This record gives sequence, C-alpha cells and structure tokens, in this order.
Amino acid sequence: ADIISTVEFNYSGDLLATGDKGGRVVIFQREQENKSRPHSRGEYNVYSTFQSHEPEFDYLKSLEIEEKINKIRWLPQQNAAHFLLSTNDKTIKLWKISERDKRAEGYNLKDEDGRLRDPFRITALRVPILKPMDLMVEASPRRIFANAHTYHINSISVNSDHETYLSADDLRINLWHLEITDRSFNIVDIKPANMEELTEVITAAEFHPHHCNVFVYSSSKGTIRLCDMRSSALCDRHSKFFEEPEDPSSRSFFSEIISSISDVKFSHSGRYMMTRDYLSVKVWDLNMENRPVETYQVHEYLRSKLCSLYENDCIFDKFECCWNGSDSAIMTGSYNNFFRMFDRNTRRDVTLEASRESSKPRAILKPRKVCTGGKRKKDEISVDSLDFNKKILHTAWHPVENIIAVAATNNLYIFQDKIN
Amino acid sequence: MFVRGLKRKCFDGEEDIEGTLAGIKAIPSYNLQRQSLLDMSLVKLQLCHMLVEPNLCRSVLIANTVRQIQEEMTQDGTWQMINTQSTGQASLDRLVSTDILCRSSREQAEGKHVPGYSTFNKDFEGDQAQDNSETMSTASSVQAPRNLQSNVWEMENLQENKGNFQKSLDQIFETLENKSPNSVEDLFSEVDNSYYDLDTMLTGMMSNTKMGHCDGLETFSSPTTATSNSNCKSDLNELDHIVEILVES
Repeated sequence: ADIISTVEFNYSGDLLATGDKGGRVVIFQREQENKSRPHSRGEYNVYSTFQSHEPEFDYLKSLEIEEKINKIRWLPQQNAAHFLLSTNDKTIKLWKISERDKRAEGYNLKDEDGRLRDPFRITALRVPILKPMDLMVEASPRRIFANAHTYHINSISVNSDHETYLSADDLRINLWHLEITDRSFNIVDIKPANMEELTEVITAAEFHPHHCNVFVYSSSKGTIRLCDMRSSALCDRHSKFFEEPEDPSSRSFFSEIISSISDVKFSHSGRYMMTRDYLSVKVWDLNMENRPVETYQVHEYLRSKLCSLYENDCIFDKFECCWNGSDSAIMTGSYNNFFRMFDRNTRRDVTLEASRESSKPRAILKPRKVCTGGKRKKDEISVDSLDFNKKILHTAWHPVENIIAVAATNNLYIFQDKIN
Repeated sequence: MFVRGLKRKCFDGEEDIEGTLAGIKAIPSYNLQRQSLLDMSLVKLQLCHMLVEPNLCRSVLIANTVRQIQEEMTQDGTWQMINTQSTGQASLDRLVSTDILCRSSREQAEGKHVPGYSTFNKDFEGDQAQDNSETMSTASSVQAPRNLQSNVWEMENLQENKGNFQKSLDQIFETLENKSPNSVEDLFSEVDNSYYDLDTMLTGMMSNTKMGHCDGLETFSSPTTATSNSNCKSDLNELDHIVEILVES
C-alpha cells in the first residue's frame, strides 16, 4: 500500500475517497444497515479502485511530474453516477464513477462473447434484454484539465454553483468551468516580475460554501486574503485581509516558517474559516480581519524544538484540518500518529492515536498525553520519544455523523462515535 | 561545507552539545546559534537547487530565513567587533578578512554573473578537495595581505585565503566571546567557509538583497551607526583606518 496523500468524504458521507502517492484513488462505501449483521453498520468497504494519474515526463524541462494525488474533491451528486476531481502537481481530472449491475443480452450483430456474427447467419431480429449481473463499479475520466499551471497545484475547490472550480498553485489561481478543458481564467497571480524578489507563495485556496463569488487563499507568511470575483477579473487586490499581529515576545528566526498556513477551510455555515499553521489551528470570523476569534494549540511542546524540526525538515510538514458537520468541533493531525480534536463550545480537547498496536477494532480509543517536562506520568509519552516519521497530515470528518477518517502514512483508520 | 565526520547538533533549549565541543557543556551563545542556523539554511538551499524542480514554498521560506539572519548580522553581531578590540597585528588581520569579504562579493557582482548554483557547487567541490590546504593555512596567515595585493583570485587562492580568513574569524570571535582560543577554534572548525558561501549564494540568487557585509562596513563610516558595545571615541582612529582601506580598494 502506498502513502496516502489525501482523504475526502463526499457530500452525503456514504463515500470516502483516498488518493495516494502512486496516483491511485481508492473509494470506500459505507455499508447499508443490515439487521442480520448489526456490526457491519457503518463499516466502509472498498467500492472502487482506479489509477487516476500516471507519472509524466516534461520534455521541455527534463522533469518528471509526480503522479502523487495532492487533492480530491467530490462534486455534489446530480444523478446515479458520482463525480470527483483529482489532481496531481500539474493536471486535474474529472472522474465519473458509475455502477453497472445489468448487462444486455441478445445482440443481433454479435455473439455473447463479443465476436461478430456472420451476416448470412442472421435470420431473425430480436430485441436485446437486460439481465442482472454482479455489481461492477467503473471509473472513467471525463475531463482532463491540463497545461494551466507552471507551479505545483496545492488546492482545488468546487464552487457552490456546481459549474466552476478553482485550482491553485504556488503563485497563481485559475478558474475553470467543469465542461471546458481548453481554457481557464487566471484570477490571482502573485508572481513577481523578478523571481528573485519572491518572498511569499500561495499555500491553499477554497471557495466559499454559499457565495459563489467569494474565495480565500492563504500564504506562506501566515496571511489570508478573501477575494470577490465580482470586483474585478483579476483578483490581485483582496477584499479582506486576515492577519494576526505578531507577538514580539515569541519572535525567533522560525517565526515566519511556523506562521506559514498549510490549510484553510470554511466552516459549513460559511461564517467562519479555519487555518492551520505549524503549531496551532485558528478560527477566524469572516467579519473580523485583525485577529482570529479562537486559537487552539496543537502541539505547543514542539516550540522549544523548532531548530531540530527545522534540521530534519519536519517544520515544513503541511498538516490539514477539518470541521465536523455542525461546526462545533475541529480536528487536525500531529506526530507519533496522534491527532487532536477540539470542541469549540466546551473548549475541551483530546489527543488520540491512530495505530494498530494501541487500539483493537471496536475498542474505544484511549486519550493520549504528551509530557512536556519534569516527571513523566504513567501512560504519558515524552516529547523526545515522539516518532516524527509517523505524521498524520490528512484527516476528514463525515459531513453529518461523528465518523472520522485518519490517514496515518499508508494506513487508513476510520473511527466513529461509540454507539450506545 | 561541513567537515566530514563531525557531528552537527542543533541547539534546542538546554540540550548539551556533544561531539565537536570537546567537553564544553554550555548553552551556545546567540551568535553561534545564529551562525549554525545560517549554515544549515544554506545547505538546505543548496540541496533545494540541486533538485531539478525544487519545492517553491520550502525554498522561499528558507531563503527568507537566510535573509533575516543576514540582516540581523549586518545590524549588530558580526560587524560590531571591528570596533571593540585593538591590537596592532590582530586588527590588521581583521581588516584583511573583511576586505576579503568585500572583494569576493564585488568580484561576483561586477565580473561574471554566474548563476548562484554553479558558483556554489564549485565552492562545494573545492571544499571537498581542500582539507589539506587548511592545515597549512595556519602557518601562512602572514601571507594573507600579500595574496590580496597580488589580486590573483583563482580557486586555489580562494581556498588558501579561506583558511586565513578562518584564523581571522577565530580572533574576531575570541575577542567577542571571551572564551579560550582553543575552544573557539574547535567550534568554528566547521564554519570557515560559511561567509564565502553566503556571499556566493546571495549574490547569485538574490542579487537585490543587500550585501550586508559591505553595507555594514559602509555604515561604520557614517556617524549614525548604532554600536552598543563599542567605545566609539577610543576607536575613532581605527574607524578612519577602515574607511581608508575601503576607499582604496
């Protein structure tokens, strides 16, 4: 199994898609309730697997383009088929996943095994009939959106109009129509005329969940810009600019790096947005630009280790974050296969571990604690014992229920609230 | 850039630094930490550029860190000590070393504008081969001014002068840190090439960035320089001397 690089529930939560470093997409489907097998309710089983992207070679630059899937975004379901967008560094593809459970039999021109029948042997005409067959799930690429990005794509986001979507790379954001593959509009361009003057890049972008003219993008300097596409064709000038003033007492050479935002997500309500930087998660009210309304420390005990984390490159890890369906809780990953959940109302937080050793199937997860100094209590783990190779970068929360998907390197864990 | 076999350990909180600091158990000074961070960042940048398609976000963040350190070094630390101590021979060496810096960056700026990567790689390759020249450099520090005068700026001379420069650096930091010379030399046995690397990297890649070392020197000639530790009055003569050399070169 390959390293999972993205996890995403669809709009109903029945399907869960994962993309991996090898360019594959695996879709899981939730089992329907079944009285004869009560334990299987809510279990996710493999529904479809397909190769979305292959490694490519850019002949002009003599570069290999990685097939790793950076992001998957589902389209809202409009008919029996499911559609999703998947992207690697350079190319976005629209995939149609459809079920086939009937097969036509009794063709006139060909045999059952597909061979063409000799025209002279056809003596009568018949109407083919549909017969049931074993369920087959087919994935086919319907659109390929290519050659629009010079730099690496880090985000895609489907618009609430269900007709357009945006794709963002380090320096530019493009607007696409789902039906049109040979054209896209460039709506943000922060590339300086002289590349040597480059000091800031785009790290994530997302459309507002309800206002189809509004989107945000975050930067490596810890700022978020909200743009309104009605104001001008090129949204280089933001409508709102979100930045928290720096705390001068905690300034260090790493301040900028740890302020770089790795993920930005609107709340389902559309009233708030959440940003993830290296050490914290911040919730912003869209009406207040000068500071976030809530800040949650994910692993503050790493602040004194920043130099080591810079040395081993962990400081550049890009963690994602997600909201639950009601926007009352948020979740993000950490190291040592830990992930953290914060309840916005009660202000309680919990650290859990996604690993086979520490949890059996159906066992309730035990909260974990990291000991920062002094005496280590039983069951606590000290900061120096944390495994920084086991990082949880990608997590997803079911849109309605308390079911979460956590990607730990090449393993996918699905947890749900215990059923009383 | 790093001498092979020496363990590099980062400073974090109260951690002891083993390996290179034969027996010294202390929290490294801010300047040492900063220098170490700078070295690490430059190596990372170099590795970034060796990849055919670097991760742009990472490169930008590291480059910004380097720029930040360089700006801070310009404002205080590194160039301040020129005013502090004064022994005849020592001061000449120090002036020589700063002159080397200015020359190397100017050489880059005016002459061949080679892309930063290739110059840096050449330095890198030069480093690997040049361990032996460092041992003879300690004996030939007196040679340094003469080498400069002859203005033969080939690779071989560069390596030799790096060794000389390192010696001068040692003296500089010695006066600053008030530590015993041996320990300081141990500390900086890895650091000798860093200033050259800084220059070549920054001139090659970010030509618009201020060449802090030279700019720092220039600000010394103006009365508005903030040098908190210096005894300005007593070192005015030296200041004039520095200005003279700058003007001449």
